[in-house]
Amino acid sequence: MKEEIIIAGFGGQGVLSMGKILAYSGLMQGKEVSWMPSYGPEQRGGTANVTVILSDEKISSPILQEYDTAIILNQPSLDKFEPRIKKGGTLLYDGHGFVREPKRTDINIYRIDALETSITSNMAKAFNMFILGGLLKIRPIVEIDNVLLGLKKSLPERHHHLLAQNETALRKGMEILIPVHTL
Amino acid sequence: MEEVKLMKGNEAIAEAAIRCGCDGYFGYPITPQSEVLETLMALEPWKKTGMVVLQAESETASINMVYGGAACGKRVMTSSSSPGISLMQEGLSYIAGAELPCVVVNVTRGGPGLGTIQPSQSDYFQTVKGGGHGDYKLITLAPASVQEMSDYLCLAFDLAFKYRNPVMVLSDGLIGQMMEKVQLPDYQLRLTNEQIREKYPWATLGKQGRTKQNIITSLELVSEEMEKVNNRLQQKYREVEANEVRYETFLCDDADYLLVAFGSTARICQKSVELLREEGIKVGLFRPITLYPYPASQILKYAKQVKGMLSVEMNAGQMVEDVRLAVNGLVPVEFYGRYGGMIPTPEEIVKAAKEKLMA
Amino acid sequence: MQIASCLLQNHTIMTLQEIIQPANKVYGKTPLLTDTPMHYCPGCSHGVVHKLIAEVIEEMGIQDITIGIAPVGCAVFAYNYIDIDWQEAAHGRAPALATAVNRLLPDSCVFTYQGDGDLAAIGTAETIHACNRGENIAIFFINNGIYGMTGGQMAPTTIEGMVTSTSPEGRDVMLEGYPLKISNLLTILDGTCYVTRQAVHTPATVIRAKKAIRKAFENTLAKKGTSVVEFVSTCNSGWKMTPHQANQWMAEHMFKAYPLGDLKDQ
Repeated sequence: MKEEIIIAGFGGQGVLSMGKILAYSGLMQGKEVSWMPSYGPEQRGGTANVTVILSDEKISSPILQEYDTAIILNQPSLDKFEPRIKKGGTLLYDGHGFVREPKRTDINIYRIDALETSITSNMAKAFNMFILGGLLKIRPIVEIDNVLLGLKKSLPERHHHLLAQNETALRKGMEILIPVHTL
Repeated sequence: MEEVKLMKGNEAIAEAAIRCGCDGYFGYPITPQSEVLETLMALEPWKKTGMVVLQAESETASINMVYGGAACGKRVMTSSSSPGISLMQEGLSYIAGAELPCVVVNVTRGGPGLGTIQPSQSDYFQTVKGGGHGDYKLITLAPASVQEMSDYLCLAFDLAFKYRNPVMVLSDGLIGQMMEKVQLPDYQLRLTNEQIREKYPWATLGKQGRTKQNIITSLELVSEEMEKVNNRLQQKYREVEANEVRYETFLCDDADYLLVAFGSTARICQKSVELLREEGIKVGLFRPITLYPYPASQILKYAKQVKGMLSVEMNAGQMVEDVRLAVNGLVPVEFYGRYGGMIPTPEEIVKAAKEKLMA
Repeated sequence: MQIASCLLQNHTIMTLQEIIQPANKVYGKTPLLTDTPMHYCPGCSHGVVHKLIAEVIEEMGIQDITIGIAPVGCAVFAYNYIDIDWQEAAHGRAPALATAVNRLLPDSCVFTYQGDGDLAAIGTAETIHACNRGENIAIFFINNGIYGMTGGQMAPTTIEGMVTSTSPEGRDVMLEGYPLKISNLLTILDGTCYVTRQAVHTPATVIRAKKAIRKAFENTLAKKGTSVVEFVSTCNSGWKMTPHQANQWMAEHMFKAYPLGDLKDQ
């Protein structure tokens, strides 16, 4: 098994931390993992992305031309990464703030209204956990127990009181997925 | 052994430093390596091992603090990124001249000038061809993974003390910033001052118990004597060249073509080799681990077997000169590079290999 | 001839061996000063300051724990003259080396010995930050207003109107800036516990200077912070004067810009 994932959006949306939780989940499941962020001013409001690879075998290049799965949280990222999803791959995007919808027909496309749901359910800070829940529903690459362990590992202890809320968001995310185009 | 952890290359440097008995770290923040100092400050090793961590006022001060610490026989280090490493060249020349052991980590970013904060390998020349003034060499290790950031840091200290010479760990923003699994080394005890006195009789710890004063200096105004100092250095470098060459090969035995790459680029090239092999093209990867001493004779060996080599680097063509020197015209040596913070993808290298080697 | 005959009448002639008797000894060189002939020009202040530092180290019995950091400049060979462990720093970087030694060997006694170009030009940042951190070190600062070793160029402390090889018409403050009163500047840093300005051109000033050196070392051992002892000094070669003229010129001109006395003592 090998899953090559790009997560991209605005800085502050939790792009890097979502990738980190995913990587820690892979670690808990005994996988080889790599987490390669775009870094620098992106962390302060620009666009941010992170490449996460989970694999049964040793990972060679942490830098990729194409991805199995893309998680897209803003328009510039959609424009940049939609063409770079492998044929037959998966695109998951948050439905908020897009002026142009994905157009590829050779990939699976899912929408998740995570921003809206996270706000209406008063869990805006767990926004990225809704998305992660959605991803795991489509691509069950790691077991949910390992995600919860990974979450615990990646969160500083002072934030451990938020674990329950994050789990709720994760499970809720699995329910609000909307298939847009499936092969 | 420690449990397997997930961390950034920069964090692995900090964790490994504490574990391998480092006495002191002196550094100054610069992207993309600031996590080294941040991690050390968060881990507070002075409470556990007694290791000193100090944020200096500049990279110039950092490297000179390293000089002062190394002169006491202590295991000391600094880390920085390219512009900061430029500022350290003066100190490195003095440390090499005074024959002191220390470790410097360069998490390279793109230049020249302020350049970019994105990854680069454009400090190759600066590192292996000199950088500072005078005839000196830095033993240079190029890690290609987070695990190797940890492993090579400890190896760097061992080599530094074995040869009384500064050792550079030449990494880049990609390895510094990425997270991977890493197994950290076990804790090694720091040497006591008494142990240092015994092991390193040259150390300036105060005269205590010695009739002769210790002087750490790189100065010798009598030319005949200074030539002797240089002879001694050169003799040491020949010894390093004979004993410390390290490299790695990937699918080289039956290869018709060779990619040559170091550090993070070697990781990317490994995937390019896999892709080319899927097409039935027999390509191998030669990865120098020590950039000084350079595995020249090992590359030459493959020159007798392959039709051509491609040096792949994140710069405008630096290591390729050493590959050409090694091969000495036996086979064509081509170059493919991205620079200014751009990272080549495996597919792009495949394309370049086909165009430059197989066209 | 009269005096000689007088001596012959009243005293028996003594041989050299007879004169060198413990009973006749009125002054001894500290064993911490090595027998290496000093390379300093006759009349230079370095020799006196070296001697005072060596004497204080001996008197305090701290030669086994004292580590000196030598500068670039005329005092680059200080390690040849005082028999303790030494590190030779790059130009201006001595306070950085001393910082590391102080941090890694907290029970040692570390001092730097620096000239004005070293401490107040190229090494200004290292000086200020070591003082500001309050490193437990002593800084001995030779201020002769000139670059001695490189042949008499203008220093940051060169006084207004003073002729040097790079200010042949005299220092013009409109062109070259003002003499840098770095010790005054260091007094406002919370990390310094003792900043004083001394000279070594008369017996009285030598006695006071030696007390200042001792105080600086005592502060270091007591971990009170950074002590700075500036020595307003002569460079008769660089100034193109006889030693005697240089001392007079210093008293007349240098002391106006750099008045002697304690600037800070906590």
